[in-house]
Amino acid sequence: MIETILDIQSLRVSLPTDRGVLNAVRGVDLQIKRGQTLCLVGESGCGKSLTAMSIMGLLPRYAQVTSDRFEMVGQDLSKKTEAKLAKMRGRDVAMIFQDPTSALNPTLTIGRQLTEGVMRSEGLSRKEADARAIELLDRVGISNPAARLTQYPHGFSGGQRQRIMIASALMGRPRLLIADEPTTALDVTIQAQILQLLGELQSDLGLSILLITHDLGVVAAIATEVAVMYAGRIAECASASDLFATPMHPYTKGLLAAIPVPGVTPRGCELPAIPGRVPGLIGTMNGCAFRDRCAHSLSRCADDPVPQYYPGTGRFVECVKAAEAET
Amino acid sequence: MIPFISKRLFVALCVCLTVSALSFALMFLSGDPAIAIAGSGGRAEDAEAIRIAYGFDRPIVVQYFDWVGSALVGNLGQSIYFNVPVTEIIGNRVGVTLTLGFISFFVALVVAIPLGIAAALRPNGWIDRIALVIAVSGQAIPSFWLGLMSIVVFGVWYGWVPISGAASWQGYILPVIVLSYYAVPELMRITRSGMIEVLGTDYIRAAKAKGLPMRLVISRHALRNAVLPLVSLAAVQLGQLLSGSIVIESVFALNGLGRLAWESLLRSDLPVVQAIILILALLYVLLTTLADILNAVLDPRLRGAS
Repeated sequence: MIETILDIQSLRVSLPTDRGVLNAVRGVDLQIKRGQTLCLVGESGCGKSLTAMSIMGLLPRYAQVTSDRFEMVGQDLSKKTEAKLAKMRGRDVAMIFQDPTSALNPTLTIGRQLTEGVMRSEGLSRKEADARAIELLDRVGISNPAARLTQYPHGFSGGQRQRIMIASALMGRPRLLIADEPTTALDVTIQAQILQLLGELQSDLGLSILLITHDLGVVAAIATEVAVMYAGRIAECASASDLFATPMHPYTKGLLAAIPVPGVTPRGCELPAIPGRVPGLIGTMNGCAFRDRCAHSLSRCADDPVPQYYPGTGRFVECVKAAEAET
Repeated sequence: MIPFISKRLFVALCVCLTVSALSFALMFLSGDPAIAIAGSGGRAEDAEAIRIAYGFDRPIVVQYFDWVGSALVGNLGQSIYFNVPVTEIIGNRVGVTLTLGFISFFVALVVAIPLGIAAALRPNGWIDRIALVIAVSGQAIPSFWLGLMSIVVFGVWYGWVPISGAASWQGYILPVIVLSYYAVPELMRITRSGMIEVLGTDYIRAAKAKGLPMRLVISRHALRNAVLPLVSLAAVQLGQLLSGSIVIESVFALNGLGRLAWESLLRSDLPVVQAIILILALLYVLLTTLADILNAVLDPRLRGAS
């Protein structure tokens, strides 16, 4: 049996606001096994970044987090103190960010930023830490890495900085890498290179990756598993091939239908879009969050709980229609 | 780094030249200085004699270079009122102002920076609220009033400190408190806003994601970026404190530069006024240049540009 790196059940994150409690994450289940790349897909504000931040333990102090299970590499995170969580960061789980120009501190050298974590956590000497940094910079494709350690971030291009961020995240040899929109701020050719690099590193190092994106092109390029998130819940979860071949949730279907396919979609025609808007998440909500935008909605869609349907190994859909259609 | 510093120094030199020309021109802004020196009862012949004695009859450009030339070798002219070298008068007064200014600056930084950081770590927390009260009251209360009240309370009622003068070190206690209370709000607010901005950046999240303890995240990653605007402001603040608050020195009867400038203005002792303005202006140029260089040391991005 393949080791489970991350196992979350019923994760809830709420943020107090002036207009009431914002239930940003409303019961999310996620599982990542060793060597998997799980893509968490959804539009802005659906709670995917907050889910990632709660795994890192980096939510703002005022956020309220509850869960039925929150385990990483076999350890229960919900019972750990802040100091113990800090020790896991960088070593068990590491993170890369959307904008590589702002994720590196402009006033510290690359070498310092790469080595400071492991020199503390593993007690490496400067020399050992530098050696690992040089090895990783070389691995992520930064040329002449030894000389680069003394340079500052502003001397590097956006793509190079994202490579440096990846090297920095891998310094502590983490088991799980969380990548929050790692290619959104990069141009398309660099995007492809970064995704390829992540894929290579994953197979070389046996890394598990949780990649957050709103771009289904990125999903197609790198995901082994996909979780589609909508309004703070997972609408559908499946292997990447199943999801693209047979989407089951109406939201997933809508997303896939909105992607133009070269040679198939006629030129100049209007692309299908999902009508309506994302519901507000302040206060409680019953039934399916997508029902107001759904072409197939029924009166039962407003009932709680929304039926969940497990059509195969690792596959999961939360929808009245999908559950009925198959049973 | 060296090209950056030499560029900054060149700009500073240009500013110094402009400033010296402006403060020289002051002498002639208020009318014919020879008539002013001759006084209200002076005859035309007296003014003419003074004009020749002081060299006011020469072309103004010649006078300017003459003045700059002697200023460069430390001769700022003669006080019209005391008839002794200006440098001597200023030398007697500058110590009080420097002591008061530097101590107040130090006290203000020691109070403002930790308070600003603590306020930024928990915005709207109780420390932040206390800091806000201090900042608002510090900006709202005029320093002459605070000075007078503190003299009444601590000097007259309790008798803990001397009422005026700088004969003993206790004489500095109240002026330092009043002057630093004036400087704290701005320094604290800029530390707070800088810290809040920096703490929200991705590189702070990245530093936390490396597992660094909060103490290191703040001292190594946040503070260094947050102090950049503070350095520039602190240079200007130090300039203000050193230019000798006229009000504070008058209230506490301290014989510093500010008070000298005020008295010299009343006495129309223009060479002294001119010299004080020149010295203070050069001091500002020096401080802002030092602040720019310090910022470039802290932030490598500044070294390449400008």
